[in-house]
Amino acid sequence: MTDASLHASTPYEDEASFGDYFALLKPRVMSLVVFTALVGLLAAPVSVHPVVGFCAILFIAIGGGASGALNMWWDADIDRIMKRTKKRPIPAGKIAPNEAMQFGIALSVLSVIMLALATNVFAGAFLAFTIFFYVVIYTMWLKRATPQNIVIGGAAGAFPPVIGWIAATGSMSLEPWLMFALTFMWTPPHFWALALFMRNDYDDAGVPMLTVTHGRRATRLHILVYTVLLAALAIGTGFTAVGGPIYLAVALVLNALFLVGALRIARRDEDASEADNFKIERNFFKLSLLYLFLHFGAILVEALLKPFGLGGW
Amino acid sequence: MALNKEHELHQRRKGRNVGLGLVLGGFVVLVLVLTMVKVTSNGFQFPSELSQGNN
Repeated sequence: MTDASLHASTPYEDEASFGDYFALLKPRVMSLVVFTALVGLLAAPVSVHPVVGFCAILFIAIGGGASGALNMWWDADIDRIMKRTKKRPIPAGKIAPNEAMQFGIALSVLSVIMLALATNVFAGAFLAFTIFFYVVIYTMWLKRATPQNIVIGGAAGAFPPVIGWIAATGSMSLEPWLMFALTFMWTPPHFWALALFMRNDYDDAGVPMLTVTHGRRATRLHILVYTVLLAALAIGTGFTAVGGPIYLAVALVLNALFLVGALRIARRDEDASEADNFKIERNFFKLSLLYLFLHFGAILVEALLKPFGLGGW
Repeated sequence: MALNKEHELHQRRKGRNVGLGLVLGGFVVLVLVLTMVKVTSNGFQFPSELSQGNN
């Protein structure tokens, strides 16, 4: 064989780079996991050694990434169909499905064991449960079975602050569950807004998103109802142990904006949306990203100010 | 000479190998630092001490 043989053969051109393996970990989702887990860890009322804290966040992130790889392995067939996902490493032919599965399982085991060793067994076990929930309960079961897939599956993405808290304290309490509830209630309006403007993707793939099973009108109303519930929860959290004046101010402004966005989505019809290429829906989706980031940022600020006699009530 | 020219495939494989090497090296360093932090912390006990404490 000579080097010349390499030039003509296409399989080599599809060979994965290091970046393709990294893409398998869903880095954007991982950034949400890292941030919310960090807030859970730092909001806990105990001090954690910086190295232990770094390891905890790293292994929670790797666990989240591993479940992303397993999700891509299982969903490779529908990822090939959807515009949003067809450039992912498996549908693009860069990484074989089985390789992604092995990669995901190996990283799952590694992250759970290392988190347990670095912090405590309870945190490791909870990370294992989160990976199981995301891969088996959401990806394998709910995603293709029910339009409530996003609602129940959203729990998986909401667990990281709880894991961060357990990693710091070794025990459970109400505060991390308030953070869990915030992400849990935020997930449906966030994804349903996406489903509204990524219109044909879920239809083509046969995923029973609310837009497909109950129609777009019902989806718009669901976004409004969930946003009202989310606003009540988010503002109510301001009066609890994780809240404080800074958090409350942030929550009041953001929830007012979010409610206005949801109301505008609910009142629009499809013709108006198509006329401006779903501008309101796209803006609502972008605002939802900022919404979660700033709520958790405010919880973090309140927690960091507490040692100085500030922050909290 | 074409035979000496590095194919893009080799560059990609080299990038992958270097990336993997850095990740594994980083992991070894991290485990070392974590171990040092654990064994020098106040609450650290050797397994033999733990078993004596139980008896």
